[in-house]
Amino acid sequence: MSLNNQGRPTSAGYAGTGAIATISGDRGLDHEEPLIFELAHGAVGVDFPDVKVSDERLGGMRRKGVIGLPGISEPEAVRHYVRLSRMNYAIDAGLYPLGSCTMKHNPRLNEKMARLPGFGDLHPLAPTAATQGALALISELMKWLTTLTGMPAVAMSPKAGAHGELCGLLAIRAALQARGDGHRTRILVPESAHGTNPATAAFAGFTVDEVPAMPDGHVDADALEAKLGPDVAAIMLTNPNTCGLFEPRVKEMADAVHKAGGYFYCDGANFNAIAGKVRPGDLGIDAMHINLHKTFSTPHGGGGPGAGPVVLSERLAPFAPLPLLVADANGFRLVEHREEAPASAKPFGRMCAFHGQMGMFVRALSYMLSHGRDGVRQSSEDAVLSANYILASLKDVMSAPFGDGPCMHEALFDDSFLEGSGVTTLDFAKAMIDEGYHPMTMYFPLVVHGAMLIEPTESESRESLDCFIHVLRELALEAKAGKTERFDGAPRLAPRRRLDETLAARKPVLRWKPPPLREAAE
Amino acid sequence: MRYHPLTAEDHRAMLAKIGTPDIDALFRDVPQGALAPLSAFDLPDTQGEMEVERALSRMAAKNIASGSAPSFCGAGAYKHHVPASVDHLIQRSEFLTSYTPYQPEIAQGTLQYLFEFQTQVALLTGMEVANASLYDGSTATAEAVLMAQRVTKRGKAILSGGLHPHYAETVETVAALFGEMKRAPVTAGSAEDLIALIDEDTACVVVQSPDVYGLIRNLRPIADAAHAKGALLIAVVTEIVSLGLLEPPGAQEADIVAAEGQSIGNGLNFGGPYVGLFATREKFLRQMPGRLTGETVDAEGRRGFVLTLSTREQHIRREKATSNICTNSGLCTLAFTIHMTLLGEEGLSRLARLNHAKAVALADRLTKLKDVELVTPAFFNEFTLRLPKPAAAVVDALALKDILAGVPASRLGGAEDLLIVAATETTTDDDMAALEAGLAEVLS
Repeated sequence: MSLNNQGRPTSAGYAGTGAIATISGDRGLDHEEPLIFELAHGAVGVDFPDVKVSDERLGGMRRKGVIGLPGISEPEAVRHYVRLSRMNYAIDAGLYPLGSCTMKHNPRLNEKMARLPGFGDLHPLAPTAATQGALALISELMKWLTTLTGMPAVAMSPKAGAHGELCGLLAIRAALQARGDGHRTRILVPESAHGTNPATAAFAGFTVDEVPAMPDGHVDADALEAKLGPDVAAIMLTNPNTCGLFEPRVKEMADAVHKAGGYFYCDGANFNAIAGKVRPGDLGIDAMHINLHKTFSTPHGGGGPGAGPVVLSERLAPFAPLPLLVADANGFRLVEHREEAPASAKPFGRMCAFHGQMGMFVRALSYMLSHGRDGVRQSSEDAVLSANYILASLKDVMSAPFGDGPCMHEALFDDSFLEGSGVTTLDFAKAMIDEGYHPMTMYFPLVVHGAMLIEPTESESRESLDCFIHVLRELALEAKAGKTERFDGAPRLAPRRRLDETLAARKPVLRWKPPPLREAAE
Repeated sequence: MRYHPLTAEDHRAMLAKIGTPDIDALFRDVPQGALAPLSAFDLPDTQGEMEVERALSRMAAKNIASGSAPSFCGAGAYKHHVPASVDHLIQRSEFLTSYTPYQPEIAQGTLQYLFEFQTQVALLTGMEVANASLYDGSTATAEAVLMAQRVTKRGKAILSGGLHPHYAETVETVAALFGEMKRAPVTAGSAEDLIALIDEDTACVVVQSPDVYGLIRNLRPIADAAHAKGALLIAVVTEIVSLGLLEPPGAQEADIVAAEGQSIGNGLNFGGPYVGLFATREKFLRQMPGRLTGETVDAEGRRGFVLTLSTREQHIRREKATSNICTNSGLCTLAFTIHMTLLGEEGLSRLARLNHAKAVALADRLTKLKDVELVTPAFFNEFTLRLPKPAAAVVDALALKDILAGVPASRLGGAEDLLIVAATETTTDDDMAALEAGLAEVLS
């Protein structure tokens, strides 16, 4: 049987498989590629006239020295970046089972729509009359987000998930201050939370108090309730949680925190399990960011850009940051100054320049219109079904820490099945690279030893899931049988073997320097 | 629908393997009553590609794109020509649909271009180190102030009145939690006395050049005064092309540079996504926010790149991280670095000179109009005019004639009679003539 017939990145593959050393150092489709600084030879990749300017209007601030930027022609630049691209894994090339990251298919229609000149070439401060279509699009996206979440309001400007968390917490801070409760500075965060949660709470000036998890992977609701008090500003929960489980006592916890005078912030990173099925507003949530780059498929782009709009409850809505979008008889307009805001609005400030990630808004709305409410619901169901299929197919050879119950859109395993094998979670994950897969999320959540968190999303066919399951089964069986060759020092077949991260951190080299300078520095 | 590979037969087979009767059995932990029926969502059902394209194209057609009209809007976002190869390359699957490069063995493409990007940004700003980008210029500025607060263990920040007001508000929103934010009053076209405001409690002074009115500032005297009091100078650049012609902040003793990189490689996009540039001195390296890519070797001794110094970051340090930032602007960073590679030293220099020459020509033309006065004596590709009428009304009137005349300062909280006007390499003589004629008519 073919172990993996779904392809892999254009090149990663053959390096080192018993191949002879080549004269060039390249191997077939695998090319080594120098840095642009090493390729530079004074060519130029654009054509502009050589205009002379006087110093008269430059206030005496004309640049004196050269910059040192490398120059190459267009064909050289194209080849450079194409060769670099072939060293990357990508969702277009293979299953990307990264738990909590939702690497789903990125429809190209969305890219095409974002590039319509009316959106892609629209200036953020163009006159309001010239931007009515853009404002209508934002309004339409707001309607989708509030309807899907069952929340009354949404702040659109946050630029990523963590930025959305910050926006939510600043709204909570403003609401507390407005009611004379500014002394509430403690935020309860489960130990299973994403690292951004405690980081954001500290960033927003709160102190963090950790809530333990129970042996079944759920947040200890009793411990959480016991920690509530008059100094608690909010709880920050992820639901479905980072163990891939829905919190069955979520409404109880919401009621308890509300009764204690605090707010309920929900990390929306896992919304892809429940979109179109469960409305967070029905669970008592006061604020939740939505990663448009996860649930609504705007591409991850190698680490951004993202977008993290935050839905808000009635109690937090007045504190949403500027700008605000309003509609009246003349059409849409943006409220960009506090003085122009409606009397009911008390914006806490501004998250960023302009109005948020419009390019991501277009893509997300294109995704939503394509899917429709039925398609969004189907996505969640298929994502949950696929994760459970993986869990059911692997739990006899790998170890699922939380028993036989169903999971949501992520299947979590720990490393107890590797006990005594000498193979670690890291080795196991790196061996997946040689099999043509990107590793799953490793060592997260922290509440499970050697965690492996697998999120297949709704984008995989059954055949693709079966191939993936087959590979993981065989790897698990080999590790358990003490056949560790595949794991020792894996990967062997990728463009690079394991990289020395200690060296990188101990002697940081963060930019290219011309050879003589580098030697002098060493 | 077209994006879902699983068929009804797949559903049946998979449920059988799992051993549950139906999908909803998998949602058994959802509290009673919280599982919403489809009818609870008042939204349309699935649509084909053609219908979606039609609906969105209709919305797009209601906007005036910068390229479809004479356009002079700037104030933090600039219309530049982006070479066709840039957008083609960033849409390669392996760039567009890859994740953050946490698995370096299969992400060398991303890591190497980030390393190249960091080097380009450091060179351009005249600084020693740069990170792998932040969300945009405004959030980079806020992060710079927070970093200065950490470095100096002081709270107070002095914000120049020439700092883009959106940037100032972004800084105030997050950094005011940790100290006083003092905004200096400014008169458009002149530099305020920032030095007098610096005291022993000051963590940093934040100065933008060219400022929001387009005025080129001399940072060195402010940097010297800040340093004498133990404070840092944060230089903000919203038009990064200017560094092809102007003295970089690093040569003016800036400690941190926070900049908007949109002008290189990235479209206007109605305000985002953009790309925040962040550069500083090597001695502050471990206080930097955001991702950093570093050079290392693999197990066979080959050069390779990894994300490094991540002990500063949230996924390791949690509440002790230097910032909560997780996502950066990966793909916008790629667009920036490809465009910058195509430009190179010579191309960037020519581009910058062309921008300045266009702006000088435009300013000379418009100031010949009756009662129109140039208030920014030194500028790069953007300047401010004083008009005899409220600028917002003038801009609205010209928009009806399909001319995007610039940004009224009042839109940013400034004086009513000021118009901020930008010209770039994309500005043609016909564009200039159209604005000149339009202004003459509206002002008469």
